[in-house]
Amino acid sequence: MPRELTQNRIQKIWIPSKDDKPAVPRRAGGPYFTNSPTVIVMVGLPARGKTYISKKLTRYLNWTGVPTKVFNVGEYRREAVKQYSSYDFFRPDNQEAMKIRKQCALSALTDVKSYLLEEGGQVAVFDATNTTRDRREMILNFGKENGFKVFFIESVCEDPNVVATNIMEVKVSCPDYKDCNKTDAMEDFLKRIECYRASYQPLDPDNYDRDISFIKVIDVGRRFLVNRIQDYIQSKIVYYLMNIHVQPRTIYLCRHGESEHNVLGQIGGDSGLSSRGKKFSGALSRFMEEQNLKNLKVWTSQLKRTIQTAETLSMPYEQWKALNEIDAGICEEMTYEQIKERYPEEFALRDQDKYYYRYPTGESYQDLVQRLEPVIMELERQENVLVICHQAVMRCLLAYFLDKSADEMPYLKCPLHTVLKLTPVAYGCKVESIYLNVEAVNTHRERPEQDVKRGPSTLMRRNSVTPLASPEPTKKPRIKSLDDHMASTSTSLSGFAASDISTAGQPLLGKACLT
Amino acid sequence: MAASPRELTQNPLKKIWMPCKNGHPERHISQRRVCMTNCPTLIVTVGLPARGKTYISKKLTRYLNWIGVPTKEFNVGQYRRRCVKIYKSFEFFSPDNEEGLKIRKQCASTALNDVQQYLSSEGGQVAVFDATNTTRERRNVIIKFADQNGYKVFFVESICEDPDVINANIVQVKLGSPDYADCNTDEAVEDFMKRIKCYENSYETLDEVLDKDLSYIKVMDVGQRYLVNRVMDHIQSRIVYYLMNIHITPRSIYLCRHGESDLNIKGKIGGDSGLSERGKKFARHLGDFIHEQNIKDLKVWTSQMKRTIQTAEALGVPYEQWKALNEIDAGVCEEMSYEEIQEHYPLEFALRDQDKYRYRYPKGESYEDLVQRLEPVIMELERQENVLVICHQAVMRCLLAYFLDKSAEELPYLKCPLHTVLKLTPVAYGCKVESISLKVEAVNTHRERPENVTVNRSREEALQTVPSHL
Repeated sequence: MPRELTQNRIQKIWIPSKDDKPAVPRRAGGPYFTNSPTVIVMVGLPARGKTYISKKLTRYLNWTGVPTKVFNVGEYRREAVKQYSSYDFFRPDNQEAMKIRKQCALSALTDVKSYLLEEGGQVAVFDATNTTRDRREMILNFGKENGFKVFFIESVCEDPNVVATNIMEVKVSCPDYKDCNKTDAMEDFLKRIECYRASYQPLDPDNYDRDISFIKVIDVGRRFLVNRIQDYIQSKIVYYLMNIHVQPRTIYLCRHGESEHNVLGQIGGDSGLSSRGKKFSGALSRFMEEQNLKNLKVWTSQLKRTIQTAETLSMPYEQWKALNEIDAGICEEMTYEQIKERYPEEFALRDQDKYYYRYPTGESYQDLVQRLEPVIMELERQENVLVICHQAVMRCLLAYFLDKSADEMPYLKCPLHTVLKLTPVAYGCKVESIYLNVEAVNTHRERPEQDVKRGPSTLMRRNSVTPLASPEPTKKPRIKSLDDHMASTSTSLSGFAASDISTAGQPLLGKACLT
Repeated sequence: MAASPRELTQNPLKKIWMPCKNGHPERHISQRRVCMTNCPTLIVTVGLPARGKTYISKKLTRYLNWIGVPTKEFNVGQYRRRCVKIYKSFEFFSPDNEEGLKIRKQCASTALNDVQQYLSSEGGQVAVFDATNTTRERRNVIIKFADQNGYKVFFVESICEDPDVINANIVQVKLGSPDYADCNTDEAVEDFMKRIKCYENSYETLDEVLDKDLSYIKVMDVGQRYLVNRVMDHIQSRIVYYLMNIHITPRSIYLCRHGESDLNIKGKIGGDSGLSERGKKFARHLGDFIHEQNIKDLKVWTSQMKRTIQTAEALGVPYEQWKALNEIDAGVCEEMSYEEIQEHYPLEFALRDQDKYRYRYPKGESYEDLVQRLEPVIMELERQENVLVICHQAVMRCLLAYFLDKSAEELPYLKCPLHTVLKLTPVAYGCKVESISLKVEAVNTHRERPENVTVNRSREEALQTVPSHL
């Protein structure tokens, strides 16, 4: 007898129930949830962008709902050896140091095991040089013993300019060199690199490493060698790596100008701009001109208000249906008061779990993230882009760039008539918020008080996107629980300069974290 | 300085907002979907015979057309067959055969002319130039041609030395080629092997140093390894991703709709109703069918709508719910019968009949939107092996169109009746389809295009082709 189905109240997902009670939600899911966890192993000389790739990849995977965490062996080393003296530590003949370094790697692997087997992690990124076959052999065995898939990402680059830029961008200001001047730091680091060079055994696809799964990134993405992709997640990782680049550029995010519905407090719909909204469009046009960008792409949704906003810019723009505002289903074009009155239960459920909550016959933030993934992928490919979109959509995009969790995402502040200027810097993203001085209504609804009942832990499903902010890299051998990580993560990766907005609730964003 | 913004008008068919002047829409680049590339792209295959070049060409062409990028393949072998009516033997391909060389060069040239015609005059976006192109000299000719015409070039080289794979290729697609119509199997294989030999000496593979400035992907050993160099733009990136996800392991894809639903019986579209009694019966039959088929490692996918999930539940096996497989959103017409749509939205109803593929329901979707929504499903289907997809009429039409290479015009009218399973098995360059009716009665939900699609047609004319229902 087929089981009866009931519709989960928050996500509106049909699940089999027994005696009218929903069956315990299986952690059902796609290939990458039911398959073995994956250890991604970075390979490469220092200053080849391993940590950059690790962090970026982790941020992306978490945003798409794959619980991922970076384990940077350098940080374990900094915990073990409180004060870095010089490159001598990395000399191949420094027995004492070799012992410590190996110990740190093992320590990190222990934490990897714990993360993947006990803490619900799906992907662990093991960020270290891993330049010898011995070391990689050890990791492969570790993977085999624990039933983990192993995927190597090697970064190869011999362009001295790139290497020098990396060193200047992230090494000279790292804790190791806090008491050095830039020149000394650069000199020491270059010697550090030499220490690895003699024993460096690059991945050899023709012979020795023929049977392992890996991607070799050559010259910052000019060339890739991909060997034996095993599954969906490795395929996605390869695709992502092939689309990212390191060219300096800026991404501008803003909402359409104030719309007629905004003024009336109505959500959704397809109304045009109010007169203040039109004024904002003009201001936006002037602002973008002042930015004096060589090439700028402009993207809008297919809803009238974003297009009207773009029209004022007098430059070509592209309409993306994927950028349309979240579909509020039966609640479209209602005000919050009307929703509360007509559908009080739905109204309450939304406040209970705003990320997973799906409007009846509409969408959830979780759905939005899935819809926006191709937009993010294309944003990675592009250079200067202005995205004119909507409140919920902008929150999702912002959460990706600023590494915000599913929990925080629906409450990010994205006020009307304010442009967020995002510039990649070091390992993260600098954010500047520019209010264009045209008044508008406030459409932001704060998270309700803490005593709102939290629903039962929601289903994780395939394409079940549950962005987790990338957890803090573990420094100590002892692991905090995943929950603690989530709570403590306030994304120290983003820098925040120039704040014009009254961000009472906005978490303080610290300086970019430089390892 | 910002000019006065243009007025916007909404295109009645696609519901796209466009700038207009005096009430007339102005042509604007913004109408185009996401810009795939700025200039036309010439994909050039490279590789010895029987390395899967034509297989890749055709499959890639099918994929690109389905996602909306006008693409066409140009197979130089076919040009050669038109030129040299009778194929005698491998000698034609011998490097000392001056006459043969001349003809082959001519054929390549003719094909390139047609490429130019397609990309520069016929609105083509991508042309796939399918030939061995094994010498640097030939490739330079093509690069020069592309430069002159402002096309981007992307090479796809297939390298394989596994004799089993090569033999399988020969048996699958060469034996049946017109070249070997009058040969027996052994003769054909022997001749073809000698043909391959003719190319081997002069084969110059894409080189890391010599070709470092070209954009290309080398596919090695049927996808075990890839070398990707200088991907220039979005379309090349998508092509690489696609090539890295396809495989040639034999498998079958089963497509069917949910069992008959309560709304189906009433002739209403959309909604989220459950199965009717007959629909439940179908679900049970489907379960029996699946067990009989004894399929190895079958994955079952459904949408997130009750009717597909109810159907899957009867199978007693794990299944995955994809929101992307949900039926087309009929917006304001959700849960209406065609009669009701004609009554409330006669204009919309007529527009839909005029261009069913591009037509977007108000506050809903179009088939064109559906294809975009389904692309990740197709990508994952390519990665997978045996899969049963339980979905909906419009969705199934889109998926079927991908596998059977149907055009945008044909797609919305493909027949996907209830209670019928389509079993798709890749064979040679295409897909074999078996239609299996599970012998449970159901309403017919297929509405053919009526004769009169003008907006001022009568109610009778509009409802002429509506299938009967309660």
